[in-house]
Amino acid sequence: MSVLLFTLIVLLGAFLAGFLGSLTGLGGGVIIIPLLTLGLGVDIHYAIGASIISVIATSTGSAAAYVKEGLTNMRIGMFLEIATTVGAILGAIITVYLNAGYVAVIFGCILIFSSLMTLKKKVDHTTLDYSSKGAKFFKLNGSYPVKDVETPYAVKNVAGGFFMMLFAGTLSGLLGIGSGALKVIAMDNIMRLPFKVSTTTSNFMMGVTAAASAVVYLHRGQIDPGIAMPVCIGVLIGASVGAKVLVRTKTDKLKIVFAVVVTILAIQMIYKGLSGGF
Amino acid sequence: MEQTKYITDKDIQALVGNLLRVGVYLSMAIVVLGGVIYLTEHGGEKIDYAVFDFNKVSLKTVEGIFSEVLSFKGAAVVQFGLLMLIFTPIARVLMAVISFLIEKDYLYVAIGLLVLAIIMASLSGGFAH
Repeated sequence: MSVLLFTLIVLLGAFLAGFLGSLTGLGGGVIIIPLLTLGLGVDIHYAIGASIISVIATSTGSAAAYVKEGLTNMRIGMFLEIATTVGAILGAIITVYLNAGYVAVIFGCILIFSSLMTLKKKVDHTTLDYSSKGAKFFKLNGSYPVKDVETPYAVKNVAGGFFMMLFAGTLSGLLGIGSGALKVIAMDNIMRLPFKVSTTTSNFMMGVTAAASAVVYLHRGQIDPGIAMPVCIGVLIGASVGAKVLVRTKTDKLKIVFAVVVTILAIQMIYKGLSGGF
Repeated sequence: MEQTKYITDKDIQALVGNLLRVGVYLSMAIVVLGGVIYLTEHGGEKIDYAVFDFNKVSLKTVEGIFSEVLSFKGAAVVQFGLLMLIFTPIARVLMAVISFLIEKDYLYVAIGLLVLAIIMASLSGGFAH
């Protein structure tokens, strides 16, 4: 395949990945990696390097809109970034020592898990129980605007959330994805944050976390300009278009269709990984 | 006191929002420019990404990319844009540290600096080998 043709195919694929990733809330990274590896026969280490770049582009782009609304809890984000950046660097170091097949299998499992998470009904776990000593010490309790009224929320189980974030960061570094699904579990279910705060704060952290593993990938030669260039351009444009469409469209049915497609991709990744196809 | 703190936060957040937007647009513009140069240089060549090779990508360090970018070779310009993109969220952490400093929240100045130190340690390249 010529460089030009490869670039055009990847641009188109990355656009679709970014578009669908933003419509379903899965993120572009988890879709571009199977596309590159299964579809174009790219080594998974290059795919991971390109994907992490697209994670930085999309999360930073949308974070720009969120911060202005005052939804992001900067202290929670900064505090948990200690865990996610350490995890991200650990993951990025480990990934090169792992057989590409194992990486593909772990990736497939996370992909299935994430797509199931997008189908799950969200349950509001917010609380006004201010008993957590950790939350008090680290000043994590906050408030956010609900229809222009500042509404307070309390944070629970700081240690549990911190360790979950360490895990989320490690997977992000290992697989080159944002691991948004895991970050949301840590913040919604464990720390009991309101959805809007956890989504935007997770976005804030994603860029920083991805930057931490991206520098490890860069030094290792996993960020190839020929792949990363079309991937990040395509994903970013796709995600921006997706975000605009999302405002006007009901996505429930789309999510189910898409979860099925993603699960098929995931099973292929796992199968190929186990049978030594990587 | 609570009220003044809220206003500073808002001002800083607006600034941070703009920084992020400018950072992403600027770095993507550089990547697109580099991409066009790259395609005119190499568009007709054959690609092969089937096997990962540590030595294939030559632009792997911050110093290397900075010194090569002025050659205006496509790959170097793309890597420079990607590097700018990587720096954007890091710059955001730096700005958050400054805003915590203005608020005299020294606990969070320390936490922010710790996060920066973790990333800088990684940036020095020591973890990649």
